[in-house]
Amino acid sequence: MTASNEYNVLWLQAASCGGCTMSLLGEGNAGLVEFLKTFGINILWHPTLSEESGPEALAILEDVASGKVRLDALCVEGSILLGPKRTGRFQMFSGTGRSMFSWVSELAVLANNVLAVGSCAAFGGIISGNSTPTDARGLQFLGDQPHGALGDDFRSKSGLPVINIAGCAPHPGWITEVLVSLSRGEFTADDLDAFARPRLFADHLAHHGCVRNEFYEYKASAANLSQKGCLMEKLGCKATQASGDCNFRTWNGGPSCTNAGYSCISCTSPGFEKAEGFLKTPTVAGLPVGLPVDMPKAWYVALAALSKSATPDRVKKNSRSDHIIIPPRRGESQN
Amino acid sequence: MTRLIVGPFNRVEGDLEVKLDIKDDQVEAAWVSSSLYRGFEQILEGKTPGDALVFAPRICGICSISQSVAASSALRNAMGLEQAPNGLLATNLLSATENLADHLTHFYLFFMPDFARDTYGDQPWGEAAQKRFKAMQGEASSYFLPARKNLLQLIGILAGKWPHTLAIQPGGTTKTLDQGDRVRVISVLSEIRRFLEEKVFGDKLEAILELSSFGELFSWADNQPMEQGDFRFFLKIAQSLALEEVGKTSCDAMSYGTYDGLFPQGVWRGEVGKLDPQLIAEDLTHSMMIGDTRHPSQGETFPDLDKADAYTLCKAPRLDGKVVEVGAYARQLIAGQPLIINLAHKSGSNVLSRVVGRLIEAARLVTIMEEWVDGFKIKEPFCSHGKMPDEVEAVGMTEAARGSLGHWLHVREGRIENYQIVSPTTWNFSPRDSSGISGPLESALVGVPVIADEKNPVVVQHIVRSFDPCMVCTVH
Repeated sequence: MTASNEYNVLWLQAASCGGCTMSLLGEGNAGLVEFLKTFGINILWHPTLSEESGPEALAILEDVASGKVRLDALCVEGSILLGPKRTGRFQMFSGTGRSMFSWVSELAVLANNVLAVGSCAAFGGIISGNSTPTDARGLQFLGDQPHGALGDDFRSKSGLPVINIAGCAPHPGWITEVLVSLSRGEFTADDLDAFARPRLFADHLAHHGCVRNEFYEYKASAANLSQKGCLMEKLGCKATQASGDCNFRTWNGGPSCTNAGYSCISCTSPGFEKAEGFLKTPTVAGLPVGLPVDMPKAWYVALAALSKSATPDRVKKNSRSDHIIIPPRRGESQN
Repeated sequence: MTRLIVGPFNRVEGDLEVKLDIKDDQVEAAWVSSSLYRGFEQILEGKTPGDALVFAPRICGICSISQSVAASSALRNAMGLEQAPNGLLATNLLSATENLADHLTHFYLFFMPDFARDTYGDQPWGEAAQKRFKAMQGEASSYFLPARKNLLQLIGILAGKWPHTLAIQPGGTTKTLDQGDRVRVISVLSEIRRFLEEKVFGDKLEAILELSSFGELFSWADNQPMEQGDFRFFLKIAQSLALEEVGKTSCDAMSYGTYDGLFPQGVWRGEVGKLDPQLIAEDLTHSMMIGDTRHPSQGETFPDLDKADAYTLCKAPRLDGKVVEVGAYARQLIAGQPLIINLAHKSGSNVLSRVVGRLIEAARLVTIMEEWVDGFKIKEPFCSHGKMPDEVEAVGMTEAARGSLGHWLHVREGRIENYQIVSPTTWNFSPRDSSGISGPLESALVGVPVIADEKNPVVVQHIVRSFDPCMVCTVH
């Protein structure tokens, strides 16, 4: 299944829910298989898609490990479990007698590029959300610290660190657009942010393009989920702090999280799983703790007070309703 | 006697290893092993109850909505809340969409590609099966994946992101639909019906749902050439390989019930009986878990990888001490679907009946979804709201695509004191219990013929995949 001019991808599922793969399967109007063909991407083996099982699958992995088959990109989905005591035994790669930690460590150094697909592989993710014996890590990070399974110094053969396609689950476009850019030789260190996330999505905030933007501007806040108002002040929304172009892509042909009525939990951020009470905004002295990412507090207070006093009646009433009750019209009085 | 270890077992969701003792060219004993532990129950301990809605769906990327439904229903029961009727409809539609997507994904991506293996090249249907179902190359992956994407638009419209939405709340859903949204839902549903009728069944859904016996099913299959619909294609293969005799189990079948009782709760023991959830208990004898047999409301999850006589991280749930099988076949049996009842009486649970159960359910779901969408009163609320008590115990029970899913919640001083999850594949792929009785898959594998030098017996793959296992749910 290998042609030398194709871009060879091997995909492994570490301690994952499989959700990144499920997301990936939604790529391309003609379907993922056609999409991959278009860009000359060859899947050496994928646990969900490939025919090869058991010894046939192992033969492919061994060909990669021995260098017989070139590995252009190793995609890892899920956290790496180091426990107990760095043995990795909480995830044994079935049929091999070896831990997934051991397999990923061996194959990563052979890959031209290593992609951490999803926030688990990138930063440890949801299963590093409380103390458990698994010692779950990302490939190069644990939360925002460089304590990942492969170590801070790891560089793939291309010289890049692990590329962190964060998100829980990430948008399928984030995964495929990075893979295709890599295969075309168009992806460099400049295309990564400080947490090695591709800037093609990380240069934006999830807030950008939110359908609730008018409510945000006036600090007209929803009191309960399902209401139309801004979710930041009371309902835990972190879209003004979270990296992602979520609100100018469609998700399964539908809206993003905030447009579907629930708060952004910043699933592209390292350590997002550590929050307490995700759907409630923590406040100190009446002020939300998590202010927009680069906004000085004094300005936030001043602008919030000003905008609240200027809120049109329409915006105020709609923000507390689960349907639009007052449509926009000319000449509405400002009160 | 020789021992065969089959793994990595792919085209199942998650990590699975199967050990087989082979004697006289057949499987004498089987051990099924789940080899990944993530610790969701331990993670949830001490969290505020509402945060279960963030963590629970992330147990599983393929049945994420089902996990959300179980968690939100445990929270709703804890709060003593009623769902807004629109929210109930939207939740049911979301759940049915995911079930449908799972059934079709199983059929096209996980199960059928095994019939396109070179092993079957000499069969009269071998070449045609390769052309259509070869993994990543066959025509089916080119027409199924766009159809799947289209289907998931229903989740997009009703809940935004998938997997892992927060739209499903205890009191309903966060996305209020407007007139336009409803039309889009109807439009997508009509495209799904067309896909099922043109590609999957090669016939009207109503005609499929009228088939009521093994005989009718196979004479329907004989009426047209096998290329006419992938279900017919499967039935022809099933006939030629006698799949109704492969992977048989003889245990009871169970459903927790879902869709507000439309698929009811019950146990099948040759006829439908009542299910008493108090009789559920998890046996840990051969599981790498410390503790004694307990009802999930009192359950514990403490892994011990070095425990003697333990060979899997999966627990062994039992109902009144007995093994039960769960899944679409069990659900349709208990829901009184005539064809499935006839298959059960004729040959019980086997590879054929499990696959037919799933596809018949898929046809049924589409017709039910078409009715639900007319039930929305779009000017009324989609979500009700309530308060979580500081001290409470509750359970959320539902049916995921793969079978019965339960979340048992205990809240103390406003925090999660204990959260125990029993998932469908935990029932189906459970290890031996304290009486040495095997779970459904282990017993389905016993007696299966295996040729001496076969390293990766294809029949074993058919049997394992016929359960559509979700290993990430199994041990969470």
